[in-house]
Amino acid sequence: MKFGIIVSAGPYTHQASDTAYQFSKAALERGHEIVRIFFYHDGVNNGTRLTTPPQDDRRITNRWSELAAKHELDLVVCVAAAQRRGIVDVGEAKRHGKDANNIAPGFRISGLGQLIEVGIQADRVITFGD
Amino acid sequence: MCINRRAPYGTIYALEGLEVVLMGAAFEQDLSVVYLDDGVYQLKKGQDTTDSSIKNFSPTYRALASYGVEKLYVETESMEERGLSEHDLIVPVKMINGAELTELMEQQDVILNY
Repeated sequence: MKFGIIVSAGPYTHQASDTAYQFSKAALERGHEIVRIFFYHDGVNNGTRLTTPPQDDRRITNRWSELAAKHELDLVVCVAAAQRRGIVDVGEAKRHGKDANNIAPGFRISGLGQLIEVGIQADRVITFGD
Repeated sequence: MCINRRAPYGTIYALEGLEVVLMGAAFEQDLSVVYLDDGVYQLKKGQDTTDSSIKNFSPTYRALASYGVEKLYVETESMEERGLSEHDLIVPVKMINGAELTELMEQQDVILNY
């Protein structure tokens, strides 16, 4: 089956990102396809490479990056939500005159059209978070 | 289908819910938009956000028809609980009850919740 995943809550405060990760990993291991993972609302905060959780805690952002590398996943961060919350890639930093970027490996920033496309391409769209 | 359940201001969900409908229309999708619980306040006439520093985006709902979005549903129970009628709303809607909404939801390919 082709799944589309929406992550709409930030890491650590809510369980949504953990559950989305465990679901995605399990689905891929069983041979399902994930057409895209769309990080939306506070979910965009999963996409900063500057997080430093305590050493004995899980590294939520790195975990997403590693899963994406292993399975060639498309991790898309909603641009409007990212701009409001300071998630920035090289292009966005240049465009808006920011002095840095923080996007994590495997993530890319793109528009809401990518979400609509998930709905068109996936057999099932599952939202994790509000 | 896009489901809107929250009051228009105070959280960003109502605005995001409107944005996604406009994007869906640009992709020529068959869209149904539902307003229930406090979400019915999103369509209320006479919104004034002057003192809140938040943009009043309610006039945009009137533009939905010109984007081909005409299936707007409001849950009857949510309206009654809040003492609202169709005359209080800025756009024409279809009033449906909870049971009818359940049926409508079952017909959808994708449901996005805001």
